[in-house]
Amino acid sequence: MTTARVTPQAPQAPPAPRAPRRVALLPTAALLLGALYCLVPVVWVVMAATKAGDELFSTFTLAPGTGLLTNIADLNAYRDGVYWRWMANSALYAGVGAALSCAVSALGGYALAVYRFAGREAIFGVLLTGVLMPPVILAVPQYLLLAEVDLTDHYLSVLLPVLLSPYGIYLARIYAAAAVPSDVVEAARMDGAGEWRIFRAVALPMMLPGLVTIFLFQFVAIWNNFLLPFIMLSDDEKFPMTLGLYTLLNQGSNSPALYTLVITGSLLAIVPLVALFLLIQRFWSLDLLSGAVKS
Amino acid sequence: MHQRTTVAALTAALTTAALAGCGSSDGGGSDGPVDLTYWAWAPGMEQVVELWNEANPDIQVTVKEQAAGDDLVTRTITAAQAGEAPDLVQAEYQALPTLVSNDVLADISGELDGAEEQFAPGLWQQVTLGTDAVYALPQDSGPMMFYYREDLFAEYGLEVPTTWEEFADTARAVRDADPDTYLTTFSANDAGLFAGLAQQAGARWWTADGETWRVAIDDEATRRVAEFWGGLVAEDAVLNEPMYTPAWNQAINTGEQLAWVSAVWAPGTLSTAAPDTAGSWAMAPLPQWEEGGNATGSWGGSTTAVTNDGQHREAAVEFATWLNTDPEALAALVTEGGIYPAATAAQTGDALAGPPAFFENQPDFYARAAEIAQGTAPASWGPNVNVAYGAFNDAFAAAAESRGDFAEALATVHRATVDDMESHGFQVAE
Repeated sequence: MTTARVTPQAPQAPPAPRAPRRVALLPTAALLLGALYCLVPVVWVVMAATKAGDELFSTFTLAPGTGLLTNIADLNAYRDGVYWRWMANSALYAGVGAALSCAVSALGGYALAVYRFAGREAIFGVLLTGVLMPPVILAVPQYLLLAEVDLTDHYLSVLLPVLLSPYGIYLARIYAAAAVPSDVVEAARMDGAGEWRIFRAVALPMMLPGLVTIFLFQFVAIWNNFLLPFIMLSDDEKFPMTLGLYTLLNQGSNSPALYTLVITGSLLAIVPLVALFLLIQRFWSLDLLSGAVKS
Repeated sequence: MHQRTTVAALTAALTTAALAGCGSSDGGGSDGPVDLTYWAWAPGMEQVVELWNEANPDIQVTVKEQAAGDDLVTRTITAAQAGEAPDLVQAEYQALPTLVSNDVLADISGELDGAEEQFAPGLWQQVTLGTDAVYALPQDSGPMMFYYREDLFAEYGLEVPTTWEEFADTARAVRDADPDTYLTTFSANDAGLFAGLAQQAGARWWTADGETWRVAIDDEATRRVAEFWGGLVAEDAVLNEPMYTPAWNQAINTGEQLAWVSAVWAPGTLSTAAPDTAGSWAMAPLPQWEEGGNATGSWGGSTTAVTNDGQHREAAVEFATWLNTDPEALAALVTEGGIYPAATAAQTGDALAGPPAFFENQPDFYARAAEIAQGTAPASWGPNVNVAYGAFNDAFAAAAESRGDFAEALATVHRATVDDMESHGFQVAE
């Protein structure tokens, strides 16, 4: 069974020679425009990060400057390299948080999709309401609750609230319902596999592409999260990058904002995300039913 | 999260002033060194606190660097509701009433010993909120001043204005001399600047009388300031675009704007906004409403406050007093953090003997600054400064953009502030 794991299917043979397609002008233009819209800010950050402090506001916005290495060195030197600590914290929160939340989503989604039990739809309904509820609203109540058990300003205070992701469970349920046919589960039961083994050895591999999606969503969400750590943490040694950069921007009125450091820091902050996407992207090429029963 | 306690709590906090001080005995002694946490944003604060920790093994202070601004006030109030506030917190003057009315700050008048005479009365009054209680110790202050391009003033043949009337004439003269150049801009994106200008004109926006607050944002003094700037904007004598934008930085750097009404910390801002212009700026007193006067307002500045959550109030007050009155601490704050100290003696201390690096052409920079600081008008803040500032940003940005009616914008700010206070249960008299 386990051989059904992630063997990306060979690229499908092109379906018979096609007539040379006409370029669909309008959609292409729309897509190009969209890409431009998304990429211009990134280009701005890249260009601004290369500018030395005195070039930042005085040279043409999208022209490269000469200060990238100095900026990185300054950032590295700022308060003994606290930036890298923030980066490591972000990686910890996002990596561990996304992995745990992914596991919870997989279990929850699978259970909701495969088992019939009383209250199933009610639980799902509650979770759906959770999808509609912005996490921002929950941050303060969560803070007050965690303060009761003395967990604020602790790594757990940022990890615990992200464990349960309604959207992740919702996605996992939809995905499990589509990717794990009940025939397969039944067959495994006939073969004498226990429920846990069925989940682990049969269903999990089939759900993998969906779980990768959930992992990435959660990772990006936690990586970019600001309000939750802002409320939970007061010790700047535990800050994730978003909070750390924010403190660089707001140093009080009598000291200038450290623009070049913040911009360089923002550029470096997206590098891990880009790397992660490039690395995990290939799992997405699996189509929904790869390896399952063929009808 | 903004749950404000009502007048009752505020009055309780204000009137039980003397009693509250006695209640906090921390004993401590036998269980080893006292640990205090301190939320602060001033750069270099860790190094300054290090001096204290070395000299005081019994009272160890840990700085937790925070981001400055209104968000920190909200964050502190939330933490206090959960009983998790730090022992000490850096707070801007205008945030004190908000923190006090949310029952975050402790009255430390009982533990203090002779700190009052170290500060100018105008600053001290801001940490007492006009009561017998003391809610914080002043740390730095931001007396306002007039900054101008000395070289370009000479080139255009301009005199440094000493009154606001002359300021208006200078603004017009600049427009006549060069149609692409402005004396300065009216910026609506930082209400603190306008509040400072109003203080200089004699405004007292909030005053408390027993259980009743009196709000006077739309008073005669403030209206005078609003109409003055509104007139200049309307006739295009000053620009109507916000400061701190890339465009403003560029205009300051290239000389398209010749002057900036700012505060004592301006050299730091100018050195990043306009790095090419080092040595060509000069500082002068703010233009006056009355000829020959020496009045100025405050823009910025902060305090060290002790919270109700702290278990070791006496130790916290001892540290706060050292930080803001001890010559060694203040010298370190000046050199490490670049602050302008609130304590009067330190304003002429050794650390401020030379001018800031950006103003080497003006060797007596800090001596003049200390003279100007003497004339700092008292400021009086209320429990919803953030609401008033938000309303200011919206109303005045729109009025400046459309070169519209500044007096009407001021009335809008006043109304929004009063409405907010009433909806939170404060008694307001107008």
